[in-house]
Amino acid sequence: MNILQITAIGLITTLLVIIVKQQRPDIAMMISLAAGSVIFILLLGNIKTIVSSVENMAQKANLDSIYITTVLKVIGIAYIAEFGSQICKDSGEGAIASKIELGGKILIMVLALPILTALLEAVLKILP
Amino acid sequence: MNVDLIFKIAAIGLVIAIINIVLQKAGREEIAMMTTLAGIVIVLLMVINLINQLFQSVKSIFKLY
Repeated sequence: MNILQITAIGLITTLLVIIVKQQRPDIAMMISLAAGSVIFILLLGNIKTIVSSVENMAQKANLDSIYITTVLKVIGIAYIAEFGSQICKDSGEGAIASKIELGGKILIMVLALPILTALLEAVLKILP
Repeated sequence: MNVDLIFKIAAIGLVIAIINIVLQKAGREEIAMMTTLAGIVIVLLMVINLINQLFQSVKSIFKLY
């Protein structure tokens, strides 16, 4: 899945969005939504290899798997939240976009809490 | 593989716009409104399928259960 294909899809879709935006702005928004998801689906294979290699490295360093899965979850949440908020911003709905980002931040914070507490306990143990 | 979906959506959008204008010239505003809604529903179904596929794959990769 080379970069040429991705850029070509992006440019052609932008042109289509501009054409359709004059008459039907709602369908233009759906075209950009579809383009975003198509490009991501095309990149899935590469992301899968990256994620599996990161997991192998973590297993070799016999890290606790809870940390790696949490990091992956945070990345997933961040990506989806950014994807949604960017689409909303493009179609002019800044308020909804910020709400989506707020949701993403809170969910990531919830995910990070157990690690933060574990870190705190570790630090407190070290201190005399 | 589903790159042509984008072009289908754009084509539907343009066809709806044209049909809308033609019907309005012919004096049938209500039918124009209905065809516009029908077109938007079709496009929405196609996009929702694509988004569902995207979210399923993101969930499987990032283990976001």
